Amino acid sequence: MRCCRPALLTAPLLLTACSGWQSSLDPQGPQADFLAGLFWVFTAALTAVWLLTMAALIVALLRRQSARTEPLELDPRAERGMARAVGAAAALTLLVIVALTVVSYGAQRALFSGGEAPLTLQVKGHQWWWEVTYEDPLPSRQFTTANEIHVPVGQPVNIKLKSADVIHSFWVPNLAGKMDAIPGRENRLVLQASKEGVFRGQCAEFCGWQHAHMGITVVAHSLEDFARWRESQISAAEPPDDPVRKRGMQIFLSKPCVMCHQIRGTPAAGKVAPDLTHIGSRLHIAAGTLPNGRGNLAAWIVDAQGIKPGAHMPLIKLEAEEVEPLARYLEGLK
Amino acid sequence: MKRLLPIAAALVFLSACEREDREFRPSPVAGGGDAAISLSSIAPGPGPAETRGDTGKAYEENAYHLSEGKRLFAWFNCKGCHANGGGGSGPALMDDRWIYGGEFQNIVQSIREGRPNGMPSFRGKIPDELIMQIAAYVRSMGRHVPMDAAPGRNDDLMPRPSEHRLPSSPAVTRGTVPPSGQAPQ
Repeated sequence: MRCCRPALLTAPLLLTACSGWQSSLDPQGPQADFLAGLFWVFTAALTAVWLLTMAALIVALLRRQSARTEPLELDPRAERGMARAVGAAAALTLLVIVALTVVSYGAQRALFSGGEAPLTLQVKGHQWWWEVTYEDPLPSRQFTTANEIHVPVGQPVNIKLKSADVIHSFWVPNLAGKMDAIPGRENRLVLQASKEGVFRGQCAEFCGWQHAHMGITVVAHSLEDFARWRESQISAAEPPDDPVRKRGMQIFLSKPCVMCHQIRGTPAAGKVAPDLTHIGSRLHIAAGTLPNGRGNLAAWIVDAQGIKPGAHMPLIKLEAEEVEPLARYLEGLK
Repeated sequence: MKRLLPIAAALVFLSACEREDREFRPSPVAGGGDAAISLSSIAPGPGPAETRGDTGKAYEENAYHLSEGKRLFAWFNCKGCHANGGGGSGPALMDDRWIYGGEFQNIVQSIREGRPNGMPSFRGKIPDELIMQIAAYVRSMGRHVPMDAAPGRNDDLMPRPSEHRLPSSPAVTRGTVPPSGQAPQ
């Protein structure tokens, strides 16, 4: 028992990685299905090849050799047999490689052949957060949000990937494969969720100090819920009605916040940091670093550098009594 | 001698660590920094002339602060008037002509309080540490910072040679004086 304990302990750990909100082995959409299928086909084929090779090796090692009297003498029968075995193994190797190439090519074709998607998003990687713009032929119905993508279930979504600074990589393992976001270039990716749920994505290309805290949340809704969410995001922020939140808005507009952030419906129109128009409706703040809530918002405003060192959110010097109204104001931006 | 060589090599390597020492969390005390700057050496009455306090060395010799300043110079749209240092509707920053002084403190003051004829005040809009980063970067445009700390390559297109490749004298001597500087002499 003692010998196996580490193995027994690690097995469940390894298995937990196979399901959950950030796993490519738990596919939740057709693109991820293709990739997971590809993974299992490769794993099965390569396991079979490995086992066969090992078996042949063990047989060769264990087989008793008859002692030869003359070292240079050749046995033509044995020679022919060996030549046949090597030839068959080479042919089989070629066959396996060609077959896997064809399977891989087929899956790639399926992944990138996506036709017209009804919904197109621009996702722009920044150090260290994601800017998301929902495109629409009507400019008044376009809107920008950050670090959270909502998609309708069962509809392909076309994603245009860009970068504002360095190379990032967009990866939502449950829904699609990785795709790089390269400065000065636009890459395309199609993803589709086949059932409702919340999935986590992660920047998959090292992009600097806070690369590990550059997450993105994908929320898949039914079509009606998605339409409702979209309408609410298009609208500008509602002006606060209670005095504490009004004070919070004043603080927001008179402090350095306005230099970088935008809240539609107020004079704050900065474009270099996440759009906060509906920050209260998001699940996380600081690119998946903290769950959203008044406490975490306040912590982030007061000490962003302690939570995410190196992030471009500077230290804002606020008086003690200014923090709560500001956090309440942001929390209420649903 | 044999032993000295690795020690000397280690010293050379370690000295490089300081040039990009990253201080992410400046002092969180509100209202600090304002008083540290004295703009003039003239003082009323007898007694020794006032000496300048913080000369901004910590910012000017630190590669991290300089590159942050470079990013903020674009973010806060300094480029809108000063272009990439060559000047536009605002004066050039890469020459050796300064209307309101070219020392670190003068530049911090110009950004924080604004100047007549168009330079807005950013007091309360940009945190002090960020103003100092921008000021240090502005100094690097005229080649007033150590070459090993000055910003290198841009992430995007390069409008001019990067700051660490400028000649050792000020990049442009006796630059043209903008209209705002020609006001009553």
